[in-house]
Amino acid sequence: MLGAFSTNHLFYLLDGLLWTVVLSALAFVLGGIAGFFVMLARISRFRWLRRAALVYIQIVQGTPLLIQMFLLYFGLGVFGVAVPPLVAAGLGMMVYSSSYLGEIWRGAVESIAKTQFEAAECLGLTRWQALFDVILPQALKIATPPTVGFLVQLVKNTSLASVVGFLELTRAAQVINNSLFQPFLVFGVAALFYFCVCYPLSVWSRSLERKLNAGRR
Amino acid sequence: MPAAVKLTNVVKRFGILEVLKGVSFEINTGEVVALIGQSGSGKSTALRCINRLETIQDGTIEVCGHHVEDPKLDLRALRRDIGMVFQSYNLFPHMTVAQNIMLALRRVKNIRKDEAYEISRQVLAKVGLMEKIDNYPEQLSGGQQQRVAIARSLAMQPKVMLFDEVTSALDPKLTGEVLRVMEDLARGGMTMIVVTHEMGFAKRAANRIIYMHTGKVWETGGADILSNPQTPELREFMAEEL
Amino acid sequence: MQYQFDFGALVPYWQDFLTGALTTIEITLFSVIIGMGIGVACAIARRSNSTILRGIVGVYIETVRNTPFIVQIFFIFFGLSSIGFRLPIIAASVFAMVINVGAYTAEIVRAGMDSVHPSQIEAAEALGLSKLQIYRDIILLPAIERVYPSLSSQFILMMLSTSICSQISAEELTGVANNIQSNTFRSLETYFVVALLYIAITYLMRAAFFGLGLIAFPRRRRLGLGV
Repeated sequence: MLGAFSTNHLFYLLDGLLWTVVLSALAFVLGGIAGFFVMLARISRFRWLRRAALVYIQIVQGTPLLIQMFLLYFGLGVFGVAVPPLVAAGLGMMVYSSSYLGEIWRGAVESIAKTQFEAAECLGLTRWQALFDVILPQALKIATPPTVGFLVQLVKNTSLASVVGFLELTRAAQVINNSLFQPFLVFGVAALFYFCVCYPLSVWSRSLERKLNAGRR
Repeated sequence: MPAAVKLTNVVKRFGILEVLKGVSFEINTGEVVALIGQSGSGKSTALRCINRLETIQDGTIEVCGHHVEDPKLDLRALRRDIGMVFQSYNLFPHMTVAQNIMLALRRVKNIRKDEAYEISRQVLAKVGLMEKIDNYPEQLSGGQQQRVAIARSLAMQPKVMLFDEVTSALDPKLTGEVLRVMEDLARGGMTMIVVTHEMGFAKRAANRIIYMHTGKVWETGGADILSNPQTPELREFMAEEL
Repeated sequence: MQYQFDFGALVPYWQDFLTGALTTIEITLFSVIIGMGIGVACAIARRSNSTILRGIVGVYIETVRNTPFIVQIFFIFFGLSSIGFRLPIIAASVFAMVINVGAYTAEIVRAGMDSVHPSQIEAAEALGLSKLQIYRDIILLPAIERVYPSLSSQFILMMLSTSICSQISAEELTGVANNIQSNTFRSLETYFVVALLYIAITYLMRAAFFGLGLIAFPRRRRLGLGV
């Protein structure tokens, strides 16, 4: 009844890991683009836009990612759109990423001294020119450590895509466990795979943070 | 000839605190005016209002034909005519000296890259820093950074230049080089409003001195008002400055 | 295709929603209190002189922080089941949460303790305070005060993570939602209501932490620093 954990199972898990990475990359890129606009909205001159973005962020950060995925999965379903699990999961993770990245990047932009903005505007630059030529290049350095740190959260959270049926690493592990019934081994190996992706990113984020603080006077 | 800068009964409040209580003065083209007073007298605020970094609640400000208090003012056009240098230099740290100067030339005046570089060389020569053209701000001393900031404003060929306590943050040894550049500019006929604590500079270079106290213009005159103050407040202020 | 929203179908289940929300709060409360204790202990261990202790605690923290919670809870629940320890579901949920919360808390508290300036400790030693007193009054309490906002945010995040316990059939808010929507076929309405309830719990927690902060940190209240 209890089969052995073979190399076939290992490859099945590795395949799941591949899809975990694919989903993470997709969520990061799409969520990053959306997050950039969220950041712009948060620093906008228009109060209504700032508030709208704030409400968006508070809703996304005030509900579990799992619920968000369910809402998207069932929500899109009832409107006649047949949603493959990858789309539901991808969309859910994109919304999730956009709110957190938007906030991280807003923090970085706002940490650039107001006087830099003033100096640029006094030279006659428009708000947009000041933002792109002066503020964003400086904010980029400050934003990098927390962004890499968030990437770790992102990879871990792709595990929830398993619940809507997407075949990434956690789902693959569940499938194998349902036939082998060796949870310690199967989920242990899955955890190890996650660790191998996340730990280097965590270490990198911390070293970036150290370098940034060392460079500051 | 119409005045280059004209303030009439300017009132400025921060919340309930009234910082400018009806300030009026006129500055003609080519004049160099030193704005002096204690911290809190409103001199820096008045300067910032001229450039619309702060908005006023009452009164009018006219600069080279622009009505600054008008909400429909073309801000970029105003800022093309006014150059401002700050206490904290505010150079862009991620750009070289040349790039700092070229940025506005290319973005605001649409000047080509090589032409803009040439202009940077010229203005840097004027402030005596041509050899630093490809350095980064962090490689320069405070005095050098401030001179680059002056060059950066100068490159835009402003009609009026505003200086907001530009030597206050500097090591005393470094103020000399910056003041020399400013005196050169004055001799060259630039219209300048200089908020400063440097009385020596005011005596040497200013055509007129305006002493501000508690948000009002308290006393004005030539350099002689520094040695012979008419009001007791200015007398006390000069005693403290020495 | 027009979808007819029918929130009315959910009304008979109002008690279930409430129970689910209370279970979520219950799990969170236990996990936060116990997890905080573990976190502080681990943070102290990470600063100890013993390389072995630092190493063991380090491995624990890094493992938990670099693996997903859902895998952790599956590992613990199904793993223990497979060797005969069939834990009650709520207990297993709290157990997994505590292990998770402990690791994150440890890092936050450690950062707080590291930020206490060594000169403070020197001054305390010069005054003759004992090691224990120094740890408690000069290092630990100021550290927690400093990282209080980070801790509050982390605990709210953990509350949201309790939704994952639904995957081992815990009857917290998400688990309840899954049941209700499978009975009523009103998935969109159910999850919408549940989302609102989670947001409500989030605000509740923020208010509670704010109040707690005012009581626990009178210095900040008097100085008007806010928590």
